[in-house]
Amino acid sequence: MTDVNRGKRPLSPHLAIYRPQLTSVTSILTRITGNALLVSSLLVVGWFLAAATSPEYFALADWLLTSNLGSAVMVLSLWGLWYHTLAGLRHLIWDSGLGLEIETAEKMGWAVVIGSLALSLITIIIV
Amino acid sequence: MRYLTDRKRAIGAGSAKTGTAHFWAMKVSSVGLLILIPLFLFTFGPRLGEPHDVVLAYFERPFPAIVAALTITVSFLHFKDGVQVLIEDYVHGRVQKLLIVGMICVSYGAIATGLFAIARLAL
Repeated sequence: MTDVNRGKRPLSPHLAIYRPQLTSVTSILTRITGNALLVSSLLVVGWFLAAATSPEYFALADWLLTSNLGSAVMVLSLWGLWYHTLAGLRHLIWDSGLGLEIETAEKMGWAVVIGSLALSLITIIIV
Repeated sequence: MRYLTDRKRAIGAGSAKTGTAHFWAMKVSSVGLLILIPLFLFTFGPRLGEPHDVVLAYFERPFPAIVAALTITVSFLHFKDGVQVLIEDYVHGRVQKLLIVGMICVSYGAIATGLFAIARLAL
């Protein structure tokens, strides 16, 4: 109703015509990791339910999470979790009005990528 | 229509609506998860692959049980809000509504299942 000028307004630049940049790629990865974590989250909830139900059910859930495929999913999720955590931290910093300069934003982008890989490696070694 | 002033037509049609509450809810849950995720990783992680009786004994302890319960709850509340933004960006109309309702159901279902399981392990 308020849109009397529909169709004649300028379009904002969108994904298809943007050259990928560190800031855009790290942003897209934040979305992908955050939503993909549903898979491992449900697996972990299933693991808890199985542990609370019976030894047989637990054996199945344990096998599901520690098999080759399960381990691959968990390791990938571990990186996704650290990545999303660091990227979220970056968003909290941005929301407070800090680090919005392109140079700082790019530095934080690399910090998220490298930091998430390092933290995943540390977690795998400790756990 | 044309008797309305521009201002009158614009009032109430802002893009935010309940977006502020949504944004704030995600901020709060993200700060919570910033603390919970490392705690959960280093309590739950080492138990993965352990025998059943060890897992049972471990989650009988208050700290790991409370961390796990909080992590599952806050994670899925955060997911519920986050996935709604994802859906709203790419899907519209009836399918959008169905997907959002479905994902809210999945989120609360996972929270209830997780809390039930942990309560049973801990008590």
